[in-house]
Amino acid sequence: MYRLIAALGRSTLGILHYTGGVAVLAAETLAAVFVSPVRWRLAMRQVLELGVRSQPVVIITGAFTGAVFAAQIFFQFHTLGMESATGALVGKAMCRELGPVLTGLMLAGRVGASMSAEIGTMKVTEQIDALRALAVHPVDYLVVPRALAMILSVPLLAGECVFFGIAASYYVGVHVLDIQGAYYLENLLNWMRPKDVAMTLIKGGVFSLLIIFVSCYEGLNAREGAVGVGRATTESVVNGSLAILISNFFLTLFLNILFPVGSW
Amino acid sequence: MNQPPFLQIRGLTKRFGGQEILRGVDLDVPRGRTTVIIGRSGGGKSVLLKHLIGLLRPDGGDILVEGRSIVGLSERQLAPIRRRVGILFQHGALFDSMTVEDNVAFPLRESGERDAGHIAARVAEVLEVVDLGGQQKKMPVALSGGMKKRVALARAVITRPQCILYDEPTSGLDPVVSDSINILINRLRERFAVTSLVVTHDMKSAFDIGDRIAYLKLGSSYFYGSDEDLQASADPDIQDFIAGRSRPLGGASLAADEGAGK
Repeated sequence: MYRLIAALGRSTLGILHYTGGVAVLAAETLAAVFVSPVRWRLAMRQVLELGVRSQPVVIITGAFTGAVFAAQIFFQFHTLGMESATGALVGKAMCRELGPVLTGLMLAGRVGASMSAEIGTMKVTEQIDALRALAVHPVDYLVVPRALAMILSVPLLAGECVFFGIAASYYVGVHVLDIQGAYYLENLLNWMRPKDVAMTLIKGGVFSLLIIFVSCYEGLNAREGAVGVGRATTESVVNGSLAILISNFFLTLFLNILFPVGSW
Repeated sequence: MNQPPFLQIRGLTKRFGGQEILRGVDLDVPRGRTTVIIGRSGGGKSVLLKHLIGLLRPDGGDILVEGRSIVGLSERQLAPIRRRVGILFQHGALFDSMTVEDNVAFPLRESGERDAGHIAARVAEVLEVVDLGGQQKKMPVALSGGMKKRVALARAVITRPQCILYDEPTSGLDPVVSDSINILINRLRERFAVTSLVVTHDMKSAFDIGDRIAYLKLGSSYFYGSDEDLQASADPDIQDFIAGRSRPLGGASLAADEGAGK
């Protein structure tokens, strides 16, 4: 019993220590934006690297999710004669949940892993110490440009994921499953609200912060050579994905208060 | 000669986990001179060097740079100190995603210099000083160990710091390249009156460049003096170190000796 309580205590302390470390990095990054000149050139390079080059994976994820979701809803609704409602349901689900969450998860894999591996390698090869020795704060040089690039890119990528999801669902619904195109669009537009798009963008923004701070924290705290970098990369993807899924639940509850169902 | 020392180290202690790495180091580094710290591998020399620009924080003791304590300063408060004190890392620590030119230009650009022509001219000038003229477009991965160290040296000196810390500048290099690095260190001292602190266990290098030599043993200051004083010392440890002679120690004591400094 004593061992169980001790293990529980250790885990709790570990989680608190980890989230505290990530929160401190977030606070340092926010402070750095105001006390140190922002390296916009590096930020734009990161927009290209993290944002523009993530488009294929996000588009494919969105399109196939929209397509399979449309098919599944059609199969269920067809028995009730409600197949023309497929578009509305896909639109709602893509905007409110699937678009931002799947974009977040894909980016936690693609971008989070890449950032923690790059920064972790810099850490174990003394390049971070070299930055510090040259009077350059690692947060200013490595984290701030990436954070700005992610905050700008992820909501847009989530929007792109939603757009291609809905477009693919329309194609599958209308051209493969023979739903009337006019009804499909009519229901989609009738049920969609601007607040649905706002939820996509807000969730995308929050997830971008979770990915950036978890992966940069992992990279900056990597140790023990190649093994350490590997561990930091894995932890970055796992913890980033978990943070997205857990925070999504609370975000949904909170945003539902902010944007209640039924109103515009 | 009556100027206060550039660096003053007072009773510096540092532990990593259960291991005591520095056990009270005291050292003065005189301005405009080259001070060499020698000692066995794993004796805490590199750890000591990293403390001097705040890359590591001590558990006890004090470090004064030009009379001002740097212990307890924040990362941003340390920036002005770090602009005055450059460091050459043991493995160069070049930014591997940048060319030689971008590596060397990095401190200039970060100090606010925007004139591309001036930056290119300064980079070419310091690369000439380290005998690497024309290597601007190479990536660090394409350089040998000695070239990496010389590029790192060029990066460390391009903003003309008043003091340069060298972490084993000749380790892993062949004798000819080692000699060229020693010549460079002397050239920088003569040309720019740079204060230098060199950590090494290469005795030839220590005698070639050192005005004063400190011997660090098991994380403590053990000897400090001129190279003549060092050579004249009757201390068996120092004599063994200079001669590169191992003593017939038992396995246990050798292991303890190594472990203490790790």
